[in-house]
Amino acid sequence: MTGHDDMNLSRRTLLAGAAFASAAGTLFAALPARAQEAAVKTGAPVDPAGLKRRKVELVTPPFVHDHDQVAKGGPEIVEFTLTIEEKELVIDDYGTTVRGMTFNGSVPGPLMVVHEGDFVELTLINPDTNTMQHNIDFHASTGALGGGALTLINPGEQTKLRFKATRTGVFVYHCAPGGPMIPWHVVSGMNGAIMVLPRDGLKDDTGKPIKYDRVYYVGEQDFYVPRDEDGNFKTYDSPGDGYDDMVKVMRGLIPTHEVFNGAVGALTGDNAMTAKVGETVLILHSQANRDTRPHLIGGHGDFVWPGGKFANTPDKDLETWFVPGGSAAAAIYTFLQPGVYAYVNHNLIEAVELGATAHFKVEGKWNDELMTQVAAPGPIA
Amino acid sequence: MKAITLARSSTGGLVLPGLLLSGLAAIILGQLGVVHLPARTEVADITLAPVVVTVPAHDFTFRRSGDFQLNGHPVDGPLLAINDHPALDIMKFEVGNADYARCVAAGACKAAQPRRRPKGDVPVTGVSFHDATAYAAWLSTATGQAWRLPSMDEWAFAAGSREVDHALDAGSDAANPSQRWLLSYESETAGVGGPAAPSPLGTFGLNEFGVADLGGTVWEWTSTCASRTTLGPQASTVSHIDSCRIHYLEGRHRAPINDFMRDASGGGCGGGRPPDNLGFRLVRERR
Repeated sequence: MTGHDDMNLSRRTLLAGAAFASAAGTLFAALPARAQEAAVKTGAPVDPAGLKRRKVELVTPPFVHDHDQVAKGGPEIVEFTLTIEEKELVIDDYGTTVRGMTFNGSVPGPLMVVHEGDFVELTLINPDTNTMQHNIDFHASTGALGGGALTLINPGEQTKLRFKATRTGVFVYHCAPGGPMIPWHVVSGMNGAIMVLPRDGLKDDTGKPIKYDRVYYVGEQDFYVPRDEDGNFKTYDSPGDGYDDMVKVMRGLIPTHEVFNGAVGALTGDNAMTAKVGETVLILHSQANRDTRPHLIGGHGDFVWPGGKFANTPDKDLETWFVPGGSAAAAIYTFLQPGVYAYVNHNLIEAVELGATAHFKVEGKWNDELMTQVAAPGPIA
Repeated sequence: MKAITLARSSTGGLVLPGLLLSGLAAIILGQLGVVHLPARTEVADITLAPVVVTVPAHDFTFRRSGDFQLNGHPVDGPLLAINDHPALDIMKFEVGNADYARCVAAGACKAAQPRRRPKGDVPVTGVSFHDATAYAAWLSTATGQAWRLPSMDEWAFAAGSREVDHALDAGSDAANPSQRWLLSYESETAGVGGPAAPSPLGTFGLNEFGVADLGGTVWEWTSTCASRTTLGPQASTVSHIDSCRIHYLEGRHRAPINDFMRDASGGGCGGGRPPDNLGFRLVRERR
């Protein structure tokens, strides 16, 4: 596990840096930051007014914006902007469409990363080209229906919410505008996730730091597309036109599509995720509405937080992990063998028939000790 | 007709003595009923005969079908240079929904089971190998002509520049099986997303012989069985096994599929990409 050795090195470097900062504390006015850091540990109140601000440009999943795995200083206010887009989504290459609702245009919405004790400051924009009220419920936040009660905005409005990231882990966020709008918006694509890292990074079951070389965010989405009398999927001119039909399909609880990142095949072929043998990959997996069970065919979960919350000791060597609807999981895997890996919802009907399949392309040297074909296929002896 | 059939099989006969034997078996099968002669008691309706393109006799190269291995590792099949392959009459378009529906209406074919029911003039999809051969039998009776599925080498002969050679030996290191797997995955998935619906007949244009839609979103059943050949020194054959419950489909890439399958699309475990839609076109025996 060379990754861990690297981590030890970088952690030592980091501690040395912290010691320096501490020695030079008065000169660099680092004391407030240290006090803030101490406050993260003790849970003492922090006044966000004195904190540094940082603006983050979000990126489209499965990619994740650049971030420090170990926080470099004290808590900050991290600013994000999400723009709500009601738009038609093409969810397979048959051309099936959904009148989608999205955060920033993608399903899932972008992944945000902060550290424990940071303040998340979100600007939520509902352009006047939209037709509906929207809001955002952060499972990572505390109070006001996850912020939903403070963020309900009409088309042509924007609002700003700040919450303190008090618990570490990966958490779902989603639109929850009230009543039957809630499930409808969520299964129309309006969900994503935020990762709150411990300030000193991820740790394995023995407390040893884990450093990842790559991170991918897989958002699984169930879609419920009505069919016409011939069995073909219907299209609608606006979300409202399709509402009654769609709710009927939703009440049956069996999705017509169960996909990763918004469409069948969104993470396969040219868009397959990549890694190299020896690299450690953090795979984040959210499902805002429905249970799922990710599995990496030909690989494992070295360290897995099935509930996604880093204060818990990670499970080790998992084959498949359970993600209850309305939550997100985190899995660490170091690839040991090159090849094509399928990453699936291991309800294989959902993987193969409904679309919940992604691929990893992994390059590197084959390890004959781990696996070898002793006898090539041939006539029965 | 026998002479023509022999000429066709002689293509296979160029390959290996073992294949010559299977070629002969195919002829015998053909005489037993795979190639249906019209029933003399019925009046043939020639207007039902599909539009045919005559691919002129020419030389061509063909990557032998089946899986091949050498020294315990998968290798590309031998590339055969075939001289003066005889002319071939092949349907210009894949069998269409409306054509197939006539066979269903006549009670000679089972209903197609496409995943989507596209409207308009599209190829029939959601058909198995058995459905395709049943259609060929019905069409032969209905038209008084002898229709059958093409073999893979005939398909490649008619496809010309549309035949895709997914040779993988170059760039593959036998000691690292993942390389072949990755190359195959990339060649089969480059530029394409998830499975796509059948498009109207003619969407994918004509090849140099005037044959339409080769390598589009419909893969075409062939009469060629799946097989595995273990090669020895000097391209000798150590073993060869035909598995005739599995037939090859041709299209953007070759795909071995069980004969009862009507829909093979979907993601999942395998490194390869299954065909989007299963359909077919027929060849007509030359008289």
